[in-house]
Amino acid sequence: MATERKILKKESLGPLFEKMNAAGKRILAPRKTGEQIRFEPVTSANEIAADFVQSTASAKWAVFPAVEEMLSFRSLDKETKLEAKQSKPQPTVVFGIRPCDAAAFKALHAVFATDYKDDLFLDRWEQITLIGMSCTKADDYCFCTSVGGNPGSTVGSDILLTPLANGDFLAEILTEKGQQLVASLDGLFAAGGSDIDKESLLAKVTPKFDAKQMKAKMDAVFNNEKLWTRQSLRCIGCGACAFVCPSCSCFDIQDERYGGKGQRLRCWDSCGFGLFTLHTSGHNPRHTQAQRWRQRLMHKFSYGPEKYELPGCVGCGRCSRACPTDMNILGHLLEIAEEKL
Amino acid sequence: MEALRKKAHEIITGGQVKVIIGYGEGSPERARAIFAQTPAEVDQLIFDQRCLQNLAVYLMKPEVKALGKMAITASKNVLRSILQLASENQLTDADLVVIGITDDGGVIEFPNLQAVEEHIKAAGTPAKNEDRARIEEIDKKPLEERWQYWQEQLSACVKCYACRSACPMCYCTRCTVECNQPQWIPAPSHHLGNLEWHIMRAMHLTGRCIECGECGRACPLGLPINLLTQKLAAEIESQFDWQAGMSLKVENPLSTFKPDDKENFIK
Repeated sequence: MATERKILKKESLGPLFEKMNAAGKRILAPRKTGEQIRFEPVTSANEIAADFVQSTASAKWAVFPAVEEMLSFRSLDKETKLEAKQSKPQPTVVFGIRPCDAAAFKALHAVFATDYKDDLFLDRWEQITLIGMSCTKADDYCFCTSVGGNPGSTVGSDILLTPLANGDFLAEILTEKGQQLVASLDGLFAAGGSDIDKESLLAKVTPKFDAKQMKAKMDAVFNNEKLWTRQSLRCIGCGACAFVCPSCSCFDIQDERYGGKGQRLRCWDSCGFGLFTLHTSGHNPRHTQAQRWRQRLMHKFSYGPEKYELPGCVGCGRCSRACPTDMNILGHLLEIAEEKL
Repeated sequence: MEALRKKAHEIITGGQVKVIIGYGEGSPERARAIFAQTPAEVDQLIFDQRCLQNLAVYLMKPEVKALGKMAITASKNVLRSILQLASENQLTDADLVVIGITDDGGVIEFPNLQAVEEHIKAAGTPAKNEDRARIEEIDKKPLEERWQYWQEQLSACVKCYACRSACPMCYCTRCTVECNQPQWIPAPSHHLGNLEWHIMRAMHLTGRCIECGECGRACPLGLPINLLTQKLAAEIESQFDWQAGMSLKVENPLSTFKPDDKENFIK
């Protein structure tokens, strides 16, 4: 559908939240706790963090929770009874998501809906509306423009807001879901905005590499053990990068039994963990951190784009900010780009 | 910094070690671990107030060990970690050369681990830091409030295990949380799983934590989990007059019985 432009007045933000609450929608928005900004349920616009580059953790959990029930089971004499998950997800609006993170929702959708249609994911997906917020500032860790995005990209969002100098927002209504939401909030979005130069309002993020060339280069250095070892020496093999990443989609399945009943749970996992590929035999096909680091980069910049024709990394920079050992992904990518063949 | 690089050059060009674990420039305003193997790399070694990571964690990393004999630039936290690891039979003089660094970047030469022990003992126990003050603040809260505080903090944990990976004392090749027959600790990062994980981690580090705070610094969500292990370190100090990482002697207070232990919890 064609993008429709409107204006959301700053004084309409409060009523926007009130009406969404009244309509029974759960609202997830960036909230500040100490130094951290996380997407959490909020009921009022006053709770939202302001003036930040990027939230500490992503909003990924809205469609792919860190722990999620897949089914439950009960033992009855000699048979085990399985029950599908009963509860259905609540209609949810994610407010204030960055364009890179909205693009990551598309990357997640590709994984969970391309071959096997994952009902757990898709049930949540259907109930979710993304109200994006363009970036007016960026930092040294941001590189969205190198992976197909930009600080005002509309990809993935249902509505994209861009802050104006006077505190109001330019609203771009991008999808049917966005249209439905705007229609349900009668009158909060005012006409106007067609003459606004959106580009001039956005943060400047200089492209650092070309994603297609990066894929080709990465495929070419796959066997360069020295490179991967050098880059990963300071990596301590934790999952901080994967667990703050908006597009990482790997999970582990755990059965939890208490007495005669229990649940099957889907839990976030990370290719950075040694346990991730450890076989029951004791053999580990990725037995060094170098191999695991290579897998992380290859998945995001080679295998993902090849299979889904979408970037596997959206350049949000969270992994670099969060890494306890300063594994700066952009720095490593640029080093790979420079590597002689 | 010059003294540090001079010493580092000496042992790299002299062939005494193959790699020096130290700090170099990182992302803007950050320093990061570097592994200097050549004179050119030695010139990148730095030490300043940004150099906070406890580098001792790399002494246990197989990929780093594989490079050959190691040297490490060691601030006080690293020195104490080295002593604790040595007391647990994880390091010997044959494994490494320790280059001590003072807070102002000066170099202390240590001929062996015995000398590290003497230095640390002479330097005395570290001053009560701001983490201890935060612990005292939490301790002042009523039990219910304290419980509430930790419930809230730990509910945000996603079990990325950065706390475990960053800790030099967490060197087990198979962590209890990864044992599933039986499943001692629930693997998922739900309420019970998080609570049990953090209690277990703190208990396994009791009497072993040298209070560097690296687990808290490593946490991508900024959870103050270092206060759990540091609280127990404070308890151990008051109950057993013991601080980890001060001695080469194998004497973990929780697994060592002494006739003069206070035992005042039995009353």
